[in-house]
Amino acid sequence: MILLSTVRRILTQLRHDPRTIAMIIVVPTLLITLIYFMYDGQPAVFDRIALTMLGVFPFIVMFLITSIAMLRERTTGTLERLFTTPVGKLDLLFGYGIAFGLAAAAQAAVAAGFAYWALGMDTAGSIGLVILIAVANAVLGVALGLLCSAFARTEFQAVQFMPVVAAPQLLLCGLFVPREDMAGWLQAISGVLPLSYSVEALTEVGAHAEATGIMWRDLTVVVGAVVVALILGAVTLRRRTA
Amino acid sequence: METAIEVRDLVVKRGRRTVLDGFSCVIPRGSVTGLLGPSGSGKTTLMRAIVGVQVVASGEVTVLGHPAGSAPLRRSIGYVTQAPSVYADLTVGENARYFASLHRLGAAEAEAAVDAVGLASHRDQLVADLSGGQRSRASLACAIVGRPEVLILDEPTVGQDPVLRDELWDHFRRLAAEGATVLVSSHVMDEANRCDRLLLIREGALIADDTPAAVKREAGTDDLDQAFLRLIRRQGVAA
Repeated sequence: MILLSTVRRILTQLRHDPRTIAMIIVVPTLLITLIYFMYDGQPAVFDRIALTMLGVFPFIVMFLITSIAMLRERTTGTLERLFTTPVGKLDLLFGYGIAFGLAAAAQAAVAAGFAYWALGMDTAGSIGLVILIAVANAVLGVALGLLCSAFARTEFQAVQFMPVVAAPQLLLCGLFVPREDMAGWLQAISGVLPLSYSVEALTEVGAHAEATGIMWRDLTVVVGAVVVALILGAVTLRRRTA
Repeated sequence: METAIEVRDLVVKRGRRTVLDGFSCVIPRGSVTGLLGPSGSGKTTLMRAIVGVQVVASGEVTVLGHPAGSAPLRRSIGYVTQAPSVYADLTVGENARYFASLHRLGAAEAEAAVDAVGLASHRDQLVADLSGGQRSRASLACAIVGRPEVLILDEPTVGQDPVLRDELWDHFRRLAAEGATVLVSSHVMDEANRCDRLLLIREGALIADDTPAAVKREAGTDDLDQAFLRLIRRQGVAA
């Protein structure tokens, strides 16, 4: 009940901000179109990069939006006030997770649909699995954003967490250099970054008609990372502060 | 008279500074109590301790028989922070409806709360587009929407037009008459005369805890500003 009204409240806030909605929906599609023209005449390369990007964009966008939204809750006093009401920490964490997860589903559906039907992206597996993995990635972004907002005092600082959290994952996820070609210590780092698993899962969808065991394992790892980030996020939410 | 809030030997440190040092007071049920003192005297810290969001070093705060901040109290407390803590990107009505829903109340109660703070004509306006005074009234609406038994208001009348301020005080009096316990902080002394009891606080210490009439009698003046000053001086001499 409280969870549902919290989801509705967050989505209503988003609804009052049409510019942000437009950015969420349009930007990934535009960037994938850009990739399409960059790799003109190399459909195999486009397929691989666009597929990876369909997983990466929701992660980055939702990480940013969530860390700023949660930071606002902390700095404007609404969080402190909520903690004097019957709201539970989980209502808040899952409220953000579900609300932005829904926004991410819309984003992924539009971007993936456009990539498949307008840009001729081709994968062996289904678009449904691509969207599923993209949404899992978005929720991962939400969970890490909730966590990181605890370590930022201003919106300037919160934005700085984006390169810190997203860039290493993007560099080491296997998009630029295949993971098996990396130095051992880089492979080790890559192996503990959740984005590596979602990119691998997407690659599996690209190569196999049916969902593979590796894909489900990777998706489980991503969901596990979400749970760990949410638990750590719950620890940073304190009813009492100094 | 029944006790609503009891603070015993409360010590609060913020950073290296001791904001409240062994503070004790009792606030009776069904009353309007004014918490008066200069900026930085510990008013907000005391209120935060009462609503249970302040880390305290030692001492006890009991509200309606429960430890401050405990789960059963979260249905019966309304808290208005000094800076209006409402969602700027929601309308007044949407804010009130959200806070109503946290208490399992519906749109009718939310509407009544918005009416009570005189924002009926701004119901569908975004909080971001309101004036400062209107924002703090929107914040107040979100605190009274749950019909709390204990209402903690941190300077709710700052920046309000005198007519509205008068109406807000009438509203606080009405809530108290219906049995609510209202604690209002202010540094406007003329508002103090409308309280049942006053807590005068300075540098984290309680200087007076009495009815406005008794405070004035004690200090030997009819002017509360003067009374406050005399009580501080007298205490300085005693110390």
